[in-house]
Amino acid sequence: MIKKTVNNVQEAIEGVQDGMTFMLGGFGLCGIPENAITALVQKNIRDITCISNNAGVDDFGLGLLLQKKQIKKMISSYVGENAEFERQMLSEELEVELTPQGTLAAKCQAAQQGFPAIYTPAGYGTEVSMGKETREFDGKMYVLEEAYKADFAFVKAWKGDEAGNLIFKGTARNFNPCMCGAAKVTVVEVEELVPAGELDPNQIHIPGIFVQRIFQGKDYEKRIEQRTVRPKN
Amino acid sequence: MALDKNGIAQRIAKEVKDGFYVNLGIGIPTLVANFVRDDIEVEFQSENGILGMGPFPFEGEEDADLINAGKQTITALPGASFFDSATSFGMIRGKHVDLTILGAMEVAENGDIANWKIPGKMVKGMGGAMDLVASAENIIVAMMHTNKAGDSKLLKKCTLPLTGVGCVTKIVTNLAVIEVTQDGFKLLERAPGVTVEEIEKATEGKLIVEGEIPEMVL
Repeated sequence: MIKKTVNNVQEAIEGVQDGMTFMLGGFGLCGIPENAITALVQKNIRDITCISNNAGVDDFGLGLLLQKKQIKKMISSYVGENAEFERQMLSEELEVELTPQGTLAAKCQAAQQGFPAIYTPAGYGTEVSMGKETREFDGKMYVLEEAYKADFAFVKAWKGDEAGNLIFKGTARNFNPCMCGAAKVTVVEVEELVPAGELDPNQIHIPGIFVQRIFQGKDYEKRIEQRTVRPKN
Repeated sequence: MALDKNGIAQRIAKEVKDGFYVNLGIGIPTLVANFVRDDIEVEFQSENGILGMGPFPFEGEEDADLINAGKQTITALPGASFFDSATSFGMIRGKHVDLTILGAMEVAENGDIANWKIPGKMVKGMGGAMDLVASAENIIVAMMHTNKAGDSKLLKKCTLPLTGVGCVTKIVTNLAVIEVTQDGFKLLERAPGVTVEEIEKATEGKLIVEGEIPEMVL
């Protein structure tokens, strides 16, 4: 068994530097790597490019890095719900690259799987495809989108073992599996870290080969963005 | 009388057939789920990674790890499954989802759609809309026929930045059901009490009216 465990988040993020490109899992605030984000804030890493579907809210998730102006560029599909983000974007302090959500996932997955680029129909004929190579297959037009290149991927899983094998929970899975192995170093935080052999190999979502470092996360807030309920009766 | 948002959703629900996997956008499309016949089997997909999405949870049973693409807490029905974003859009791009229902700011008579960006206003992003419209074969737009200023949203050509080209197949508005054909907007049904003339007046793009146009049955 090749052991991937590190003792804490500080060890897990060792090697991060100003100006790097990070992938961060999560959809809205669901399944975000809370511990890694907090550690990046504390370490005051600056001029970061973040590849993440969303940009958090003002006081949680990537919003925490935005507050301290640590992010130079965001690559996302949807960036509402964040006033500080809006302010930095309009004042051009922050560069924003909007990418269709499926393309974003595909560009992460391409990096994970060794494809330099993929063809997607998304965005053809829109401003997203401007300046990009397009090509017709079977009478339909596609846009060439290149795989992302990132230094670190920060991933949140539900359970993981010492070998870096991962299981995700519910819709907190989202972009997390697509980012594993898509950067030079993949750092995973889990709610429950178990010894090798405890997870059923049949139930593993992501095998440990895609993971370099795994650690037991702590103090998860798991904030709900839009609490919607129906009455009990 | 023109339909309200629930009326539009109710009419669209009739397009949802037994055995369909359906992706619902935010706004009026979300309401469609409330009107689907209960004697048919339908599974709702949310692009953040669930098939078999159920209603909102009971108070106290919310799960932070279980949300829809609108970031609302939801439940999972028996037979539901979870998956990652690449797989989710693989379902969409691979045409495994039978029907996509979404809102729009403008639709052109050739099926172009604009629904993600207004120049000069804060741009929040396209989310999954560009992937959905570029891939799905069966796209129904749910929207009001005119905007707040009273201008038509069914145009010869979209004025706003496009989300996708030549992709919309059907439009259900507060006034009419319209099919997008190679020759333009074809009027299929009128909202109860709405005249063909009223629909013509509210439609800037080419409207094809052939024979008697029936009233919608809700």
